[in-house]
Amino acid sequence: MSLSVEQIVQRRTKRRHVGRFVLPVYSWLVIAYLVFPIAVMIIFSFNKVHAGFPNVSFAWNGLTLQWYHQWNNLPGLSSSFWLSIRLALLATTIATVLGTLLAIALVRYRPPAFRGKSIIEQVLFTNIAAPEIIMGASLLGVFVTYNIARGFLTLVLAHVMFSVAYVTVTVRARLAGFDRSLEEAAYDLGAKPLSTFRLITLPLIMPGVLAGALMAFALSIDDYVTSNFVSGTASPFPVYIFGATRVGTPPQVFVFGTVIFAVGFALAISSLFLAKKN
Amino acid sequence: MEQPVPADYQRIDGPRHSSLWGKRLAPYLLSLPAGLWLLLLFVVPVFMMLTMSLKNCNPASGACTMAWHWGEFGQVLSLYHTQFIVSLEFAAAATLVDLVISYPIAYWIAFYGGRKKNFFLMMLLVPFFVSFVIRTLVWQFILSDNGFFIGFLQRHHLVSSNFHVLGTGVAVVAGLAYNYLPFTALPLYVALERIDRKVLDAAYDLYANRRTAFLKVIVPLSIPGVFAAFLLTFIPAFGDYINQQILGGTSNVMIGTVIQSLFLATSDYAGGAALSVILLLVSLVGIWSYAKVLGSRSIEEYL
Repeated sequence: MSLSVEQIVQRRTKRRHVGRFVLPVYSWLVIAYLVFPIAVMIIFSFNKVHAGFPNVSFAWNGLTLQWYHQWNNLPGLSSSFWLSIRLALLATTIATVLGTLLAIALVRYRPPAFRGKSIIEQVLFTNIAAPEIIMGASLLGVFVTYNIARGFLTLVLAHVMFSVAYVTVTVRARLAGFDRSLEEAAYDLGAKPLSTFRLITLPLIMPGVLAGALMAFALSIDDYVTSNFVSGTASPFPVYIFGATRVGTPPQVFVFGTVIFAVGFALAISSLFLAKKN
Repeated sequence: MEQPVPADYQRIDGPRHSSLWGKRLAPYLLSLPAGLWLLLLFVVPVFMMLTMSLKNCNPASGACTMAWHWGEFGQVLSLYHTQFIVSLEFAAAATLVDLVISYPIAYWIAFYGGRKKNFFLMMLLVPFFVSFVIRTLVWQFILSDNGFFIGFLQRHHLVSSNFHVLGTGVAVVAGLAYNYLPFTALPLYVALERIDRKVLDAAYDLYANRRTAFLKVIVPLSIPGVFAAFLLTFIPAFGDYINQQILGGTSNVMIGTVIQSLFLATSDYAGGAALSVILLLVSLVGIWSYAKVLGSRSIEEYL
């Protein structure tokens, strides 16, 4: 079977046609679908609400900045938000340190020097893939059995538990191409192990560590399921929001969503630009 | 030119300052903190849940005594098997919708994204910039019977006036599909991106037409990504209950809701634990068969 030049040209043109028209239009439609609810949230956070009914109105009643002025009018909203921030910062710090150490062990050592490595890998994999409700429920079981009061401490324990595996695999992925001769050069020049780690290893693996930390922070700040099981009376932001919206959504929820989105998206866009510049 | 490195190079020429003792212990010391954390707060609790499901619990005090009561499993299965089936159906439907929606866009970004690849990838991640609970609430707002969207469709007679979505399985599947779409699209993108373009050129050189090249080269080579996407979408969706509670109403209850209410509302720890163990076993079948076929480390490439 052979093709004439015309057929080949025709084929190429058709290929370009799909690549240049159908697929882009489709892809932009998917992106529009992903952005649509966010746009709705932003627009309706500026919507006026009829007096006496403090929930987001389904009809458009006109522009207002009222909810941005009264962002703190919902009792407990801002304290749950700050609780989430504190929790995420602490859990991220612990998970990043522990996950980075584990990642170094997993990259540098293998059996027989490191027995149990494959068991650790299985545990990490199961931890990432298992449904979250299992972790939340089983932790609740432990806390109830041993009479451990649920609150900030149990939240930290749980959040580190579900983010440490993500940090480990993220850091490990970046460590894979690490050039160990740089460390050996430091040793040859008389550096001690700790200063070698601080001056050579850590700066080199920093991008991976930061990516892992970002992942841990995002997981922690957004977690509802596990937190709901282990939070007791200390409600992190998602748990509070879920509880506060059972009979209707106060406009402040959309305000918080909009502000968090704007800050996160601005940071992401600027890091994208910085990465391009470098 | 590179010198051949002797096999025991590390032992002879390793860091001079660390003692042999410290070097032997190094992997264990490095993995101890994270390992202990996972052991005490993940592995042990999951095994404790297994034993808890065999106990007799007092619903009033929450106190449990060991009874080796295997009957709990049969009991919860006969009570809640419909919720299990509903969860399986919803998670499967959402995963299928996500695979169908994501494959073309992942393909387009991987093959035609050009210099804007990173921008498009970020747009795929855009839902994650809004809290999970809040974006589900926004869908509740959009899909409400008197909301602007359904109202708009009704005013223009695109749907009948008693048409509604909220409170049905469709709304739950739509919410799950939206919330987990990035978990499907990104692994697919990674798998498609990794396909060697030379293999594709070879197919065209051998007179494959576009269709054949796509079906016989691109699709088979992207299968690992499809598996990863399935794993990362189906299993979380299976245990999810936020979407069902916010969008689904009281019918079509999913198993996550049952587990949550057994633990937190009725304090039936034995029953909740038994259901969780069953949910875990169903998930582990998927997780371990994935690990068996593609290796447990391969999932890392898709995260």
